Amino acid sequence: MSQVAEEVELARRLIAGDQTAFEPFVGIFQQKLFQYSYLSCGQREDAEEVAQETLLKVFQSLDQLREPDRIRPWVFRIARNLCYMKRRKSIFAPEVEFSLEELGPSFREEGGRRRLEIADWSALPDSLAMNAELREILSAAISGLPDIYRSVLLLRDVEELSTEEAAGVLGVSEEVVKTRLHRARLAVRKTLDSSLMAVGGA
Amino acid sequence: MTKLECRQIFAMLSEYLDGELPPEMCDQIESHIHGCSPCVEFVKSLETTIRYCRRMALEHQPAPLPENLKAELLASYRKSCGLDS
Ligand SMILES: [Zn+2]
Repeated sequence: MSQVAEEVELARRLIAGDQTAFEPFVGIFQQKLFQYSYLSCGQREDAEEVAQETLLKVFQSLDQLREPDRIRPWVFRIARNLCYMKRRKSIFAPEVEFSLEELGPSFREEGGRRRLEIADWSALPDSLAMNAELREILSAAISGLPDIYRSVLLLRDVEELSTEEAAGVLGVSEEVVKTRLHRARLAVRKTLDSSLMAVGGA
Repeated sequence: MTKLECRQIFAMLSEYLDGELPPEMCDQIESHIHGCSPCVEFVKSLETTIRYCRRMALEHQPAPLPENLKAELLASYRKSCGLDS
């Protein structure tokens, strides 16, 4: 069973009054919500709190979730609102808008040919599992994004919500989600690229 | 190959990678990328970025939920789903 299918099944059982789904549901979502909130608020203590408060709201209002297959967007909407309030108190990241030009590829001429200015990505591992340094760089790159971009990237790429679900959580159109997602990915790519260049001395 | 073509491709890359573009547009993009090494390299780096985000796993783990909170969660669940009545 896929991760999403498993979550939906647990939600369905909970709504049907099957209490044996409680423990596994809490286990999965506490972990998920902690990661989401940590990347969203940038503070460990806040993240613990948001995860706990979200779970409490989830269970207090579970009877309002009519469609179990909406469990992810439904939970993240609650978490998003709680994070938003915390973040406003603690971090004042400037709400800049990125342009495609500043995030785009840069080129240099070399022997009459146009070359891309880019670090060597070919040696990177398939997954980050074994590379703590890269994981740190990635999580800092995500946390450092302006909120309008970070919120989209977290929901779409890290939590793997659909465009439509992310739009629902954030209260924006699907077009806005797509535009912001592209810029968010490009910005994270750029940060990774710069870090790789610094490491590789290129 | 003009600069403009690469820029146009570049603006649509996320939608392309997410399979959100119409098939004709995908074909056009693929035929461009096929012959353009800067685009190939750029796409690879973007794909790697997205893959890393999807498999993001933090160093930190949350502390286990306090037992009294867990009890509160369970009580809220039972109440909201009418298990106590
Ligand atoms: Zn190109």
